[in-house]
Amino acid sequence: MANFVLQVENLVKRYGNVEAVRGVSFSVEEGEVFGLLGPNGAGKTSTVEILEGLRTLDSGSVSVCGLDPQRNSQALKHEIGAALQSTSLPDKLRVMEALRLFAGFYKRRRNPEELLKRFGLEEKRNTVYSQLSGGQKQRLALAMALVNDPKVLFFDEPTAGLDPQVRREIYDIIEELKHEKKTILITTHYIEEAERLCDRVAIVDHGKVVSLGTPRELKTRSGGTTRIEVRLSKPASDGALKNLEGVADAREVDGAYVIHSRRPPQTIVAIVKHLEAEGNELVSLEISSPSLEDVFIEMTGRRLRD
Amino acid sequence: MRNFAALTHMRIQLTLRNKMFVFFSLIMPFAFFFLYAGIFAKGQPQVVRFFLGPVLALTVMGSFWGLSAALVMFREQGILRRFHVTPVTASDMLASSVVANYVLILPTVLFLFVLSRTIFHVTHFGDLLSSFILISIGAISFSSMGLVVASVTNTMQETQVINQLLWLPLIFLSGATFPLAFLPHVAQRFSLFLPATYLVQGLQRAIFDSAPIWQLGVEVASLAFWAVLTFFLSTQLFRWEPEVKVPRKAKLLVVATAIPFLLLGLWENKYGNIPALAQSAYDSLNGPAKSAPPPDSPK
Repeated sequence: MANFVLQVENLVKRYGNVEAVRGVSFSVEEGEVFGLLGPNGAGKTSTVEILEGLRTLDSGSVSVCGLDPQRNSQALKHEIGAALQSTSLPDKLRVMEALRLFAGFYKRRRNPEELLKRFGLEEKRNTVYSQLSGGQKQRLALAMALVNDPKVLFFDEPTAGLDPQVRREIYDIIEELKHEKKTILITTHYIEEAERLCDRVAIVDHGKVVSLGTPRELKTRSGGTTRIEVRLSKPASDGALKNLEGVADAREVDGAYVIHSRRPPQTIVAIVKHLEAEGNELVSLEISSPSLEDVFIEMTGRRLRD
Repeated sequence: MRNFAALTHMRIQLTLRNKMFVFFSLIMPFAFFFLYAGIFAKGQPQVVRFFLGPVLALTVMGSFWGLSAALVMFREQGILRRFHVTPVTASDMLASSVVANYVLILPTVLFLFVLSRTIFHVTHFGDLLSSFILISIGAISFSSMGLVVASVTNTMQETQVINQLLWLPLIFLSGATFPLAFLPHVAQRFSLFLPATYLVQGLQRAIFDSAPIWQLGVEVASLAFWAVLTFFLSTQLFRWEPEVKVPRKAKLLVVATAIPFLLLGLWENKYGNIPALAQSAYDSLNGPAKSAPPPDSPK
């Protein structure tokens, strides 16, 4: 059996009459980067905060590194690292002081100097928190999540509100952690983030997991077809293209032929053979696979935007 | 214990970087002191000695103000949440606030003694051990009151309103600004229900009457008991998250902190001699007593 670091079963969380999390289940293996993808208010943060031991659950069960976050919260806190949403540090606290202070809370710790270097904050070591840029604050938050060399990391919306360049910087950092075989749980509402960073993704909407798998699996499972757009030297009859192998639909759009295929490799071979037989020729060929965004729209009927 | 020490160190460091703190904790008490010593006492050492207790009490009590504001700000900005994912406990957080506060008061206290000596030529400071014990217990109990204020208010605005409401009776009806003997009889009776009165009168007797610690048993015991009660209550009411609101029953619990001084006040009103002692100390001053006799006698 796989070694599960995180296990969530039928998790339910209510705030008054509102059910924020309605029966979420998933497990995360050691060394895996797992994403919770969904719009704001889908219940991602509540789920993560229950795993971190910050909130109580109403029903269901969760385990983190084999510990119950409520009953063994002290032991758990030594094993986890987190970059929270809507958090801050005292304005007058300096970067190095923050790292030293937080490292001091743990039995197992990493060298703050080394973290400072790794996260490119060496020049900012004596800068007070309030004078850091958004990107620097986030880099510090990630560095602080690592001070105890945790077994599992929680990154709640790690790039929300950052500009694209800074966002890519954060991706590089997380990818590096991925190579170190850290177990990471990321919540995000950016498709790109989930696709680029996560080994597996759970799409969450209205407090429920609507689909779960690797980004590739999600895309193929969705029944989403691959779009193949071809331009030909001579016009072809619509009917002929529609009958080729794997084709779900084919039509002429502005002089090009847009073909939707369920099995793109077979379809392409069939197109080429068909054209050869007809004495026709391919002028251009463009293939686009369904994005996770298409999958999300299909699953939830909504676009994923803030 | 290590977490508590690290947090205390951080709090002291951060407070010293705050310019507002320097103003409120150093300049304000000195301004008060010069006002008392210069205008009321007209620079006479014996009268300055009479007012030193109340000024020290003001310094000690004033600490709850900044402490509650700092804690609420930490919660509102989501700083406490960040500590919540670490092994830091609520007691670490609260105890470090109290101890940092205490450490930050000491230089002000020391400086007030030094000023009395060098500028106003006060040579006798009464019982220093009694003063030290009362200042320590007072600082801890009023800090803990600040923690409770921080726990029962949801926003900074609420905190400041409650602080104002607490502060005014504490300073005007305890003898901290106007000597107790100077207050009308009704106000004197009311003052016996306030923790501040026991701190102010205790310090005044320690310094002015050289009262040894065993004569200040009521003051020390009541403030110490209150400190334990308020600190315990603050650990029960502590909230890490800004969006978690105060439960209504918590507000009732807070009323419970008033009970010890309600009972003590009843007892002191019936059997105690605090106003009488305050009166005799006041009468023993020749200076301001001549120019401004008390409007009402407590006897």
